[in-house]
Amino acid sequence: MTMEPTKIEAGFSSDAKKEPRRIVFITRNTSAKVTDERGPKLMTYPNLLVREAIVFEVLVVIMVLIALFWDAPLEQLANPLLTPNPAKAPWYFLGLQELLHFFPPFVAGILIPTLVLIALVVIPYFKVNVEGKPLWDENPGKRLGIVMGVVVALLILLAVFDAWTIIVPTALVAGLLLTAYFSKASTGWLGILRGKSLPWWIMTWFIATAICLTVVGTIFRGPGWSWVWPWGTHAG
Amino acid sequence: MATPFNAALENLRATRVWKSIFRRGPALTNRTRSIAVFGNLFLHWLPVKVREKSLRVRAAYYLGSLSLLLFILLVVTGVLLMFYYHPAAPNAYRDMKDLRFVVSNGVFLRNMHRIGAHLMVLLVFWHMFHVFYRGGYKPPHEFNWVIGVVLLLITLFLSYTGYLLPWDQLAFWAVTVGTNIISAMPVIGSKVRFVALGGNIVGENALLRFYVLHVVILPLLAFLFIGVHFWRVQKDGGLTVRTRDDDGTNKD
Repeated sequence: MTMEPTKIEAGFSSDAKKEPRRIVFITRNTSAKVTDERGPKLMTYPNLLVREAIVFEVLVVIMVLIALFWDAPLEQLANPLLTPNPAKAPWYFLGLQELLHFFPPFVAGILIPTLVLIALVVIPYFKVNVEGKPLWDENPGKRLGIVMGVVVALLILLAVFDAWTIIVPTALVAGLLLTAYFSKASTGWLGILRGKSLPWWIMTWFIATAICLTVVGTIFRGPGWSWVWPWGTHAG
Repeated sequence: MATPFNAALENLRATRVWKSIFRRGPALTNRTRSIAVFGNLFLHWLPVKVREKSLRVRAAYYLGSLSLLLFILLVVTGVLLMFYYHPAAPNAYRDMKDLRFVVSNGVFLRNMHRIGAHLMVLLVFWHMFHVFYRGGYKPPHEFNWVIGVVLLLITLFLSYTGYLLPWDQLAFWAVTVGTNIISAMPVIGSKVRFVALGGNIVGENALLRFYVLHVVILPLLAFLFIGVHFWRVQKDGGLTVRTRDDDGTNKD
């Protein structure tokens, strides 16, 4: 068995120093950190285990209190011939059902959920998400143009479909985004907003929209998916 | 120190039976405390040491732990409910009536399971968003974030398959509305829906399929992925602890 000679050879040259030196390579995506900055460590037993036990007890107490006073609903026996109006999915799918009210079934039921899922999975694999730099720190003028172009296009698209329960949270978050852009403050909540990154803004927009859709779908929608007030009575 | 209780505890610890179970002395030194964690099957996926900052309530609000504890509570209450349940129409509905009017504390049992399920969906979402805002998905935690997304899906499917089991109007129409969405899938939509329901409408076959998914397949998958998820938290170096917050002020 013959071995090729290695391309790199290690050894001492005549002018090598006697004392060895340590070399640290710091690449672009990693930074040298002093581990002590993250604070001291404690033993899991008992520090973490005691806290887990307390959390568990508090959880059980709260659940028992709710379970004693709030009974699970039970309606009539399932009847395929008697469709309730409105027929609603569980609360966590009512955002989707609200989407179905505005968009064709393929878009609302398949395309948007699939895109959301893909977007969630790939979050940690994009540099913009990992670096999380403040949005308005570099090229603010150019970025404002791009961001506002996207927002306006999105709002027009939503307006075509009359999807105003998405327009409202979108406009709200866009308003905050503009406020952060024009704000000169470096402290207070405006200062905090100013330091937020693009992924922060996108996620906040997503959560605001999801909450708005779910709340509207759960308590503001009645027969034929029409708008009802939760305190109003309606023949249902 | 020399109270009767402590003396009795010392005597108990000196017995051969106790020593055969725990194989270590009292957890008074860091060495025996380490063994208490990594020498125990149910604790060995935890790190031996945790950062003091990650123990603070604001670090994670214990949302991941709460989700796991809810899962355990749901398994316990779920198994108890299985003793009273037949996955057939209309027996399933009669069992619900029995839980309300015949079984001792049947309503309470069902309430605990239902509240636990809703809370778990809520807390898993909250957990995900909180991890996002803390930057917990950043390297080296990328893959654990992906496992977390899988766990979110499993949680949603667990909750959704359980929703059909009472076999009342609420259950039937919620699942009918939901599974109708599958039909919108191009080309294979109606086939996928047929496989999911075991037929073209939500009927007895769908009830049985949802039951098997709910009590066997999805809990096993959840158990598997929860194990990997917690294991990876330890292997990836513990919870994300920030020295400074994004706005440059030290909030921790």
